[in-house]
Amino acid sequence: MITQILFYLFAVVLLGSAAAVVSARNPVHSVLFLILAFFNAAALFLIAGAEFLAMILVIVYVGAVAVLFLFVVMMLDVDFAELRSGFQRYLPVGATVGAVLLIELGLVLSGWTFATDSAHLRMSPAPVGMSNTEALGRILYTDYVFLFQIAGLILLVAMIGAIVLTLRRRKTSRHQIIRVQTERAVTETLEMIPAPLGAGVASMGGYRRPKVAEPEPVVAEEAEAEGHGHGHH
Amino acid sequence: MAFIDRTARSLLLGELLAGLGLTLRYFFKQKATINYPYEKGPISPRFKGEHALRRYPNGEERCIACKLCEAICPAQAITIEAEPRSDGSRRTTRYDIDMTKCIYCGLCEEACPVDAIVEGPNFEFATETREELLYNKDKLLANGDRWEPEIARRLELDAPYR
Amino acid sequence: MYEFFHDTNLGLVLLTVGECLALLVPLLIAVAYLTYAERKVLAAIQLRKGPNVVGPFGLLQPFADALKMLTKETIIPSGSNRVLFLLAPMLTFLLAMLAWAVIPVNAGWVAADINVGILYLFAISSLGVYGIIIAGWASNSKYAFLGALRSAAQMVSYEVSMGFVLVSVLLCVGSLNLSDIVLAQRHIWFCIPLLPMFVIFFVSALAETNRSPFDLPEGESEIVAGFFVEYSSMSFGLFFLGEYANMILMSAMTSILFLGGWLGPFGLLPQLGPLWLILKICVLLFLFIWIRGTMPRYRYDQLMRLGWKVFLPFSLLWLVLTAGALLAFGWLPNVA
Repeated sequence: MITQILFYLFAVVLLGSAAAVVSARNPVHSVLFLILAFFNAAALFLIAGAEFLAMILVIVYVGAVAVLFLFVVMMLDVDFAELRSGFQRYLPVGATVGAVLLIELGLVLSGWTFATDSAHLRMSPAPVGMSNTEALGRILYTDYVFLFQIAGLILLVAMIGAIVLTLRRRKTSRHQIIRVQTERAVTETLEMIPAPLGAGVASMGGYRRPKVAEPEPVVAEEAEAEGHGHGHH
Repeated sequence: MAFIDRTARSLLLGELLAGLGLTLRYFFKQKATINYPYEKGPISPRFKGEHALRRYPNGEERCIACKLCEAICPAQAITIEAEPRSDGSRRTTRYDIDMTKCIYCGLCEEACPVDAIVEGPNFEFATETREELLYNKDKLLANGDRWEPEIARRLELDAPYR
Repeated sequence: MYEFFHDTNLGLVLLTVGECLALLVPLLIAVAYLTYAERKVLAAIQLRKGPNVVGPFGLLQPFADALKMLTKETIIPSGSNRVLFLLAPMLTFLLAMLAWAVIPVNAGWVAADINVGILYLFAISSLGVYGIIIAGWASNSKYAFLGALRSAAQMVSYEVSMGFVLVSVLLCVGSLNLSDIVLAQRHIWFCIPLLPMFVIFFVSALAETNRSPFDLPEGESEIVAGFFVEYSSMSFGLFFLGEYANMILMSAMTSILFLGGWLGPFGLLPQLGPLWLILKICVLLFLFIWIRGTMPRYRYDQLMRLGWKVFLPFSLLWLVLTAGALLAFGWLPNVA
């Protein structure tokens, strides 16, 4: 009884906040509603007895992904008037895409059949005497190990691709090399000179600075090309 | 060899631990501050605190209303009015110090020919209202009566250096 | 009596409320005295005496501070987002309290002994950043916003290596239940075989709770007070309470994961139970404050370098080594 009430409560809040994500005027509010939706989805997982999935959903989506969303969205300078001005123009295209998706969804739903043993599986999602974390691990690392690894590899490729596309090392910027700094010993940089009484710095040969590696001089035209941000050479 | 030494040191967080050790030594050191309202630090005989008007041992007030202090006061915090008293001696009828203006420079004390106005050792005279800091002659004389033993001792200690 | 508390609805409600109070009231008092301890320890390190006027040895100082804070005016800046502005401190405080549900104080002494306790803790601690981000954004202030951005980047960076540390502990235990993790340390505390992970976890905990030397989101010398610059009165107080409750939570987490929770060293005095945990938490909290008294604040790029270029590869390497060693020597825990 209580479980049912909770289920409907979380489901209603989930759907409501999901609707609010697309209808909220302020993008930051959208992201916050998205987070609320994630939470309610996690709660539904909990009710279904999938506590591992619930926690992972919160950790990965709410704890990391949505933080980055929020991070980006908060920095956007959104011009609402301009956003609304394009509404009429993009309406036909948007409506077409939406209609196509709707038809596809309908086709999928009409052709949906349940597996023959699904009724049995739904009764006991995890094998008896095994926590669902363990059950999930067993199935992921045996039956689906290749798919699982490929999913990981795709993510790795995406990560490397993002870095390759954005990493540019400018010759004009000076980097701090912490290793060099911390490894510098006092004896390499400081010279103790016994100063005779009354003698000035000049009479002892002036300041003697330790040799510091200077960055390579930058060729003017190269710096110019870098400045435009092409980085294709 | 030096490379291994340095790498080992940085991996074992040698410098961080050295820093923590230093602060731990300080943690157990004698404290530099004192338990103020209950303990007080020593005060120099020249300390310039709250003002006081002194009296002679026979109870006669010292001030002769020469107004040198009023003249020298750089903050113009002192106001004096004077009249001859019934016995013919020149005395102040009014001696006000605005303690909110005073900069505690001690020039009034230096200017006084009869050691009447002095800055005493008291520095705990905070009040809850501004009006209480506008001292009049009664308040200053009362201060003098209250702090006289210490003021006299201070003048005596400082005398050799004047 | 037992039947009343376990079989009737009213009894269950009363039991739950009682459990919450038994956990939260000592926690709030601990938070109050942690602020006092911090002021005293910092003062001692800086050769000062610290608060000593209110009550004997200044012991009533936290309550004086709380009273002062309660009587101040709550100021809501113009142009701020009212709802979110007030929601943020509540969220921070709530999350700091919520996580305590799964902390086992002794064998069987835990409000909610759930299977995925460690994941729950990790999830809750990673949500702490929302209070800060929302506060920074809703304040409509440059400084608060900068603090929020710093905090978002910082927390995401340090959570990754923290996750690897957790995984390596889990490999040694074979369970996500916190009580099981403590019981797996009967023979040897994990801080000895996993010493580097222990250090990484503790440093990440410093970053996760925005404590010095990683207190960039506050950074009073650069961005005034960071995300809570616009807050006053009890809305500020809730941030304060949340931060210190998080410190205690992180210390409890470190004690449970690496220092054997309620177990005594070498199995000494098992009857002390919770007192061992409290002692370990106190030692770690002292370390928190001691580090604050010692280290200067990191610069932002140094912070990012430490998180991504030092801790992440190192914890990943040690995770692989741990897994390899467990497999090679057949030390893997027996799971079902």
